[in-house]
Amino acid sequence: MNGASAANSPASPVPLDREFLLGLYGKMVLIREFEERVKFLFLEGTMPGTIHQCQGQEATATGVCAALRADDWITSTFRGHGHALAKGLTVQEMLDELFGATTGCCKGKGGSMHMGNMAKGMVPGIAIVAGGIPLAAGMALAFKMQRTTQVVACFFGDGAVAEGAFHEGVNMAAIWDLPVIFVCENNLYGASTRIDKVMKNPRVSARAAAYGFQGETVDGNDVLAVYAAAQRAAEACRNGQGPVLLELLTYRRTGHSRRDACHYQAKDEREAWFSRDPITRFATQLLARRDITQADLDAIKARIDTQIAQSVELAKQAPQPTLADLTTDVFA
Amino acid sequence: MKRQGIAEALRDGIAEEMTRDERVFCIGEDIGVPGGWGGAFTVTLGLAEKFPGRIIDTPIAELGFTGMAVGAAMMGMRPIADMQYGDFLFLASDQLINNAAKMRYMSGGTVKVPLVMRAPIGATGRGSQHAQSMERYFTGVPGLKVVAVSTAYDAKGMLKAAVRDDNPVMIFEHKLLYGSKGARAEPGAVDATSDIPDGDYIVPLDRAAVRRPGSQVTVLGWLLMAHFAAAAAEQLAAEGISAEVIDVRSLSPIDYETIGESVRKTGRVVIVEEGPKTGGVSAEICAGIMERFGDYLQAPVIRVASADVPVPFTPILENAYRPDAARIAQACRDLIGR
Repeated sequence: MNGASAANSPASPVPLDREFLLGLYGKMVLIREFEERVKFLFLEGTMPGTIHQCQGQEATATGVCAALRADDWITSTFRGHGHALAKGLTVQEMLDELFGATTGCCKGKGGSMHMGNMAKGMVPGIAIVAGGIPLAAGMALAFKMQRTTQVVACFFGDGAVAEGAFHEGVNMAAIWDLPVIFVCENNLYGASTRIDKVMKNPRVSARAAAYGFQGETVDGNDVLAVYAAAQRAAEACRNGQGPVLLELLTYRRTGHSRRDACHYQAKDEREAWFSRDPITRFATQLLARRDITQADLDAIKARIDTQIAQSVELAKQAPQPTLADLTTDVFA
Repeated sequence: MKRQGIAEALRDGIAEEMTRDERVFCIGEDIGVPGGWGGAFTVTLGLAEKFPGRIIDTPIAELGFTGMAVGAAMMGMRPIADMQYGDFLFLASDQLINNAAKMRYMSGGTVKVPLVMRAPIGATGRGSQHAQSMERYFTGVPGLKVVAVSTAYDAKGMLKAAVRDDNPVMIFEHKLLYGSKGARAEPGAVDATSDIPDGDYIVPLDRAAVRRPGSQVTVLGWLLMAHFAAAAAEQLAAEGISAEVIDVRSLSPIDYETIGESVRKTGRVVIVEEGPKTGGVSAEICAGIMERFGDYLQAPVIRVASADVPVPFTPILENAYRPDAARIAQACRDLIGR
């Protein structure tokens, strides 16, 4: 197994600011609860479209985006709900988008796979595997030419590594020292195909050395480890020492899409990863502190549940496009 | 005022736009190498010295550098991407079609992709893979503007218009039209020089151009075929047949106003296309004319296009493959004789 090494290590207190830590926890719970509610709405049939969800991967999006500035950017994939919430999109604009409403973050023209908000530093999700990799390199080229200190975090899955676009985009980012954090969320499966069927060397981060830059494998279910690695990566990028490849080892608790029952995931593998659930683990760490109690965590969850429930009701009533909207927004 | 070919006019147009707007830069293969060629067709020759850091030579990675151009455009830059041969656009098409063309719509109108993609096309003694007429693969993609430049005046004016446009624009150029004299000239090259005004000008991206007025038949073509159509009209004039030649120029959107004015006058249409007949742009134009002006037609629309085969190498077959002035003239005679 290419699993994370730090399985269930004894919880030790973490030396970071209480509010910051509770913020990370709240963001991960928000992503989990959002995804669970979306799954329910989809299966119930009230929400149109299709879904690709990220339950179990909350620490990757949360940890990386916590290390970014508001004017930094991310690119995402078809599995982008978590990235969007982590980058600051609201539950309401995302649920409205999922319901196809004009108040959605893309006016109902993007949908689940193309969540984004240019005002919040998130390009609409790119649902062609690896399609965001050259694009992110180009964004970083713009930052370099404009002499800003912005960085772009480019999220993709282990499946993207087999695409030619990965090679081309990563190579160009490398030769020009571009400020891109290539974030590979390695959840062991590209759709239903396990990575050991498609990679002779399953250590994704090792590829960075072949292109001449830094790569690192991180326990992607440890939000603080992800945060620390992303901070180092962002710092390197801002200092002209990009790009950086972060391989975040994680696991998808739910199907690739729609009604996928994940029969291709071995039972013992699932159980091993479920025992390293990023939210449960982080809660254990937080509760080891004297200043955080179970009541604090419960209050966060209760607040999020209420927020999501209210947003769902609003989204169901949100204004749908008129037929005149069909032909707008094609050209600037 | 000076006389220039397409390569020189494009070079000046790019330089002027880069001077006017510091967001403009060029990206592509072999476009700024010291001691190199300035791109395969010399268009960017000398610009790397004039604009340090803004003529970006890439690895041989068409998908990659096209994606980079799209990403840079989304972040406020105005890239001019150079596809060394149009045929390589197949490698880049994911970024052009799935990203550049769709980003604005998928984002609900918040993304801008001010990207220019230049690409040379045309059958020119290079066999099947450096020869295809690529415009057909992009004209039906919502979100892309597609133009084809057949004169130096248009090349410079449309390049400038494309750079200033907030949308992705593909500019198709023809390898036999870059220059007909000097080192750049190729066998079969046609004179596409123009008198280029000294001042700034643009040519709109959505207007066809009437190259030769006539009354009996409308001949539509673009790139090399616009020149061949003009040559055919010259032959026909000697026979007393009056052909109106229109350089379609803007392939997406198509200027049905200019085309319609001509069709209503002549009632007869010949569409000339260098690419294979099946599935070409001429099929779209034909259908567009039928829908809009079918009642004015006195005879069916005729297409003169290449054979439905890959572009052959050997000169005898390449010439047989591609329409020429004689075939275009004959099509006009046939149509008028009906």
